[in-house]
Amino acid sequence: MSVYIARSSAIAARSLDGEMIIMSARDSTLFTLNEVATEIWKAADGVTPLDRIVRDRVCAQFEVEPDAACADAEVFCTQLAGHGILLISDRPIESKTEAAP
Amino acid sequence: MTSLMERISERARELHVPLNIHLNLTWKCNERCVHCYEDHEAVAGDMSTAEVKHVLDQLAEAGALFLTISGGEIMLRRDLMEIVAYARSLLFDVVLKTNGTMLRDQDAAEIARLGVRQVNISIYSYNAEGHDAVTLLPGSFARSIEAIRRLKRHGVNVDMRTPLMESNGRDFPKIQALAAELGVEVCFDPTIFPRTDGKLNGDVNPTSLRLHGEKLYQILRDPRLVPTREEFCAPPPSAGQHALTQFPCGAGRNHAHIGPDGAVTPCSLYPMHCGSLRESTFAEVWRSPAIERLQRTRKRDLPVCSTCPNVASCDPCAALAYLEGDDRGASLVDCEKTFAITGIPSPLMVRNGLPA
Repeated sequence: MSVYIARSSAIAARSLDGEMIIMSARDSTLFTLNEVATEIWKAADGVTPLDRIVRDRVCAQFEVEPDAACADAEVFCTQLAGHGILLISDRPIESKTEAAP
Repeated sequence: MTSLMERISERARELHVPLNIHLNLTWKCNERCVHCYEDHEAVAGDMSTAEVKHVLDQLAEAGALFLTISGGEIMLRRDLMEIVAYARSLLFDVVLKTNGTMLRDQDAAEIARLGVRQVNISIYSYNAEGHDAVTLLPGSFARSIEAIRRLKRHGVNVDMRTPLMESNGRDFPKIQALAAELGVEVCFDPTIFPRTDGKLNGDVNPTSLRLHGEKLYQILRDPRLVPTREEFCAPPPSAGQHALTQFPCGAGRNHAHIGPDGAVTPCSLYPMHCGSLRESTFAEVWRSPAIERLQRTRKRDLPVCSTCPNVASCDPCAALAYLEGDDRGASLVDCEKTFAITGIPSPLMVRNGLPA
């Protein structure tokens, strides 16, 4: 089953020296994302399946084994969804996603 | 332990990224607070909606993330929600500062919908008599409190902001009780700035309203106000090389203030004109000699502060020092506040025969 992810509109975000800083407007929690996580977050458009994002954006740039990378990405996305940073669904997400910085 | 916010903030200072922006949309205000440092009669024209949006585009490009929108009174701008919506579309973290007296239920709903992280509302007392005596606007207490309730009903995070002065200093426990009843946090600050244009508010000099000496000392050590007193009032670490290489504060390093007319200053309280966004781009102003001088300045470059035993724990306020005559000097008011925390007088205090 495919997993779809979209950036929440209830966040603020900016890149600082290659590190993505994300602030949750919901609970004022501050996050930073590493390079790999930033690639996934930027590609979270609601319509591209997560496994394709991992294959095209992560495995293409970083030396990681695809199955392990997909499993790690699902865990990471679930964690971010818990903080309201990402929306996660088993079907494409229609809501508007703001452009990544 | 260094928090993530401190690490990011320090990184932005090192890289000279304006992470924090204070955007002032208007000098106009419907209140006339006796302690206010702003000139509400200033005639310089406010930026248009299009100009503000263009500034926001430039700030996002420069790496700004934390955007505080204030005035004057921001609700006097009919385009406020359009500006907030635009800032949110650029993924700014938005905090609004308002007195709330003109905030309608539909405004509260829109603020919630737009994902504003926090609204700061100024409250000066636990009752109408004390609050309205500061704002000089009869009925303002009731209206500001109602604004807090409206915002809370729509799920907006609200912080009460309360400057502590002679008139309300001993009332802080009652103000804390009011905040608890409203379900909001309250942030107290005993720093009262002189007006940035050097004038008075009528016959009142805002600095005459400050808490001083023993009263300030007692308040900053009151466990009801400072539950972590042991940590907060701990003696400063020794002044090693690391302390001396630190930046004094964020003004002009990772923080900038933009006035209603596009004038850029290092912070809202620091009236050193660095350029105008009506004449230059933000990137050009951010590279101006005035800003570059601040960016180069470390604690070791401050003749008085670099010799102070409090240097490792004090973030000297360049704005206060500037308003007292020299932004590389020390501010006696700032020193007094640090003394109230650490119990160690600064060289400037000693020179002035303080503490008495």
